[in-house]
Amino acid sequence: MKESQAGSVESCDCRITVRKQQGNTVEVKSIVYELYGDHIKNLILDTLERQNIKDIYVLCEDKGAVDFVIVSRLVTALKRLENSDE
Amino acid sequence: MSRSLLFIPGNNPSMIQNSDLYGADAVIFDLEDSVLMEHKDAARDLVKTYLEQLNLLNCQVIVRINGMKTPFLKMDLEALSYDYVDAFMIPNATHGAIEYITNQIKELEQTRQLKKEIQLIPIIETPYALLQVKEIVKMDRVIGVLFGAEDYTTNMSIKRTKQGEEILFARNMISIAAKAYNKEAYDTPFTDVNDIDGLKEDVKLAKQLGFSGKAAIHPRQIDMINELFSPSQEDILFAQRILKQAKKETKGAFSIDGKMIDTPIITRAQKIIIQAKLYGLLGEPND
Repeated sequence: MKESQAGSVESCDCRITVRKQQGNTVEVKSIVYELYGDHIKNLILDTLERQNIKDIYVLCEDKGAVDFVIVSRLVTALKRLENSDE
Repeated sequence: MSRSLLFIPGNNPSMIQNSDLYGADAVIFDLEDSVLMEHKDAARDLVKTYLEQLNLLNCQVIVRINGMKTPFLKMDLEALSYDYVDAFMIPNATHGAIEYITNQIKELEQTRQLKKEIQLIPIIETPYALLQVKEIVKMDRVIGVLFGAEDYTTNMSIKRTKQGEEILFARNMISIAAKAYNKEAYDTPFTDVNDIDGLKEDVKLAKQLGFSGKAAIHPRQIDMINELFSPSQEDILFAQRILKQAKKETKGAFSIDGKMIDTPIITRAQKIIIQAKLYGLLGEPND
């Protein structure tokens, strides 16, 4: 199954992995999961909703990334997945 | 008018999120040399998302886009031609490249109904660009030019030294061309980030040659660049005395502390006060 990735597991960054599936699933692994796990998951779900994406699996491996980093890495990973289909 | 312009690698989240905290007058988000080919898309998205979501309130926002000969130029312009960008920095500038990019930006501005015009800062980094600098710097959207000494010396097949004798002519030509058309000239970065004394000498020389600011490749270079490109308190006080006395004088020339003061000196004093105001260096008005 085709997968795409963006970002890194360096400090202040996150690595996003995406692949197509039925429905949306978001999995978060974070060094600050207890504090921000739900926030990160909701941020990813909101971004998917804004882009009208309904059938995707997202894994976010977070190393303390702030919101704009998570959103941008997700956007890049989704574009890469789309481009790999073309 | 920026004294310091700090390059921030476009795919480095930790530096980007702190970019407006380093005290630089301008931040250059770099999509070109500091970004690996396979990360160009990620860097473009990262910079775009950052600029969309956060307001940089205290510095000029510049993006160094990829050059004409790359497949990334159009994507960079398409992604980032929005009101949150003050200027694009153009690598490997030529007159033709600036003309092409200006037209591309104009179209995007019109389609998107942007509130302001995005300006351009071409990088003079080839012998050919140096010969064209007069034509480049006078173009409409060009607010200034940056000297890129690393690429320039590579293209000239010469070794770059800390003393910079080999780039003196290019520096002179760039600063004179910029001044001739009332534009800004920004000096090349000093690449040894651990040599603060060397940086000091390099900044002093750049200022003496007529540059209005200098690019930096590390936050630790900012304070020194800002300090040396600012008028000193001594200069500000003397300029204030000159302007105060000039208001009272009826003659074209007069003297203060035995020094002749005439029109060029008064003009210089006015420029010092404008700079001092711009950089927040004026105290309470003294009269």
